Amino acid sequence: MHRTASKWLAASTIVAYAAVIVALIMGLTAPAAVNVGTLQLQWAQRIIYFHVPVAWISMLSFTVTFVASIIFLVNKKRVWDLVALAGVELGLTFATAAVISGSIWARPAWNTWWTWDPRLTTMAITWLLYAAYFMLRGAVEEPERQARFAAVYGIFSYISVPITFFSIRLARTIHPLLVKGSDFGLAKGMRPAFFAGLMAFTLLYIVLLWHRLRVLKLAGRVEALRTRILEQELLRPDPGQVVR
Amino acid sequence: MSQFFRATHAIFWKALRTEWRSREIFSAMFVFALLAIIIFNFAFDLRVQNARQVVPGVLWVAITFAGMLGLNRSFTAEKENDTLSGLLLAPVDRTTLYLGKMGANFLFIISVAIVIVPLMTVFFNVNLVRTDLLLVLLAGMFGFAAVGTLFSAITVNTRAQDILLPILLFPVVLPVIIAAVKLTAGLLDQLAPADLANWWRLLIVYDIIFLVIAFLTFEYVVEE
Repeated sequence: MHRTASKWLAASTIVAYAAVIVALIMGLTAPAAVNVGTLQLQWAQRIIYFHVPVAWISMLSFTVTFVASIIFLVNKKRVWDLVALAGVELGLTFATAAVISGSIWARPAWNTWWTWDPRLTTMAITWLLYAAYFMLRGAVEEPERQARFAAVYGIFSYISVPITFFSIRLARTIHPLLVKGSDFGLAKGMRPAFFAGLMAFTLLYIVLLWHRLRVLKLAGRVEALRTRILEQELLRPDPGQVVR
Repeated sequence: MSQFFRATHAIFWKALRTEWRSREIFSAMFVFALLAIIIFNFAFDLRVQNARQVVPGVLWVAITFAGMLGLNRSFTAEKENDTLSGLLLAPVDRTTLYLGKMGANFLFIISVAIVIVPLMTVFFNVNLVRTDLLLVLLAGMFGFAAVGTLFSAITVNTRAQDILLPILLFPVVLPVIIAAVKLTAGLLDQLAPADLANWWRLLIVYDIIFLVIAFLTFEYVVEE
C-alpha cells in the first residue's frame, strides 16, 4: 500500500516541478511591462511571476495550519497536528522566499532593499509569529501537550496577522510614506504567465505538503518502534551471560 | 451561572490576596517600569527636542515590558507549589480559572500604570494624568492581559518559560501596542476624536476577539 502511495507521490512531484519550470519560462518570455521605464526595471518586474505565487502560498499554508489546528483541538487526531506543523514549515519557507524576492525587486524599483511599508512589516511580523511556533514546540517535550499548545498558538497567530496588517496600514495612512507596491494592473499578455505561476506553485505546495506529512508520519512511526525496542530490551530477562 | 461567577471571583481574590501578602509581582513590575523609564530618559535625552514625541512610546514599552514580568509569574507559583492540579480538579468550569487570573493580571498591570503615569508626568514634563488616557490604558492593557494570561498558562508548562513568553506574546499583541501608542500620541497632540475613531475601533475589536478566543481555547491549554 505504501508503495503505491509513494508511486503517486513521485509522479505528482515530477508533474509539479515541471509545471513550475514551464510557468517560470512563461514568466520570462511574457511581454515586458510597458509602464516601467528602464530595461532593468522591466526585467525586475518579471519577479512577480515568482513573488506573487510564493507569497500566496505562504498565506495559504498558514491558513492550512489554522484550519488543521482547529480540527486537531476538536478531534485530537495526531495527523491534524502534523498537517499544522507541515503548514508552518512550508509557510515559513515560502514567506522567506517572498521576502527575499520582494527585496530584490524593491532594490531597483524603490531604490532600497527594505522599507517599513504595511505589507513588508506585516510579513516580518508574520515571520516572527511562526518562527515562535517552532520555539514553542521545541520547548515542550511531551508530544500530546506539544500538539495542544501548538494548536492554540496556531489559531492565535493566524488571527493576529490580518489585524496587524490593518493596524500598520492605518498607522502609515496617517503618516503617508512611500508609493504602494500593489497598484499595478496586469496587461493582457502577462496574465497567462501570471495565472500559470499561481497554479504551478499551488500544485507544488500540495505535493510538498504531502511529502512533509509522509515524512512526519514515518518519523512518528520510527519513534514508536524505537521506544518499543528499548522497552523490550529492558524487559528481557538477563540470562547472566553475554551472547555473541 | 452564579456558580461560574462565584468561582471566577474566588480565583480572582485568591490571586490578589497572595499578591497582597508577598507584594512580589507588583514591586518587581513597578521597579522594572521605573528603570525602563529612566533608561529611556537617558537614551533620548541627548537627541530629542520635544519630550512629547517620545513619551507615548516610552510609556507603552515600560508598561508592556513590566506587564510581561507579571504575566510570567502568573502561573509559576501554582506550578511550583503544585496547586494548579488542585485548581483544575475543582468541580467548576475551567474557564473561571482563566477569567479570574486574567482579571488579576489586568489589575496588577493597571495598578503599575497608575503609579507610573504620574511619575512620567513629572519626569518628562508632559501631562499624562487624564481620563481619556486612562481609558486608553484600560483598553490596551485589557487586550494585553487577555492574550498574556492564556500564553502564560502555556509557557508555564514549557522549558525556558521566562524566555518563551515574550517571544510568543509580543508579535501577537503588536496591534494593541500600535493602537495604544497611536491613541496616546493622538490625545497628547490634541487630535480631533474623529481622527482617532479608527484606532479606538481597532483596539476594542482586538480586545473582544482575543478575549473570546482565549476564553474558547483555555480549556485545551490546561486539559491534562
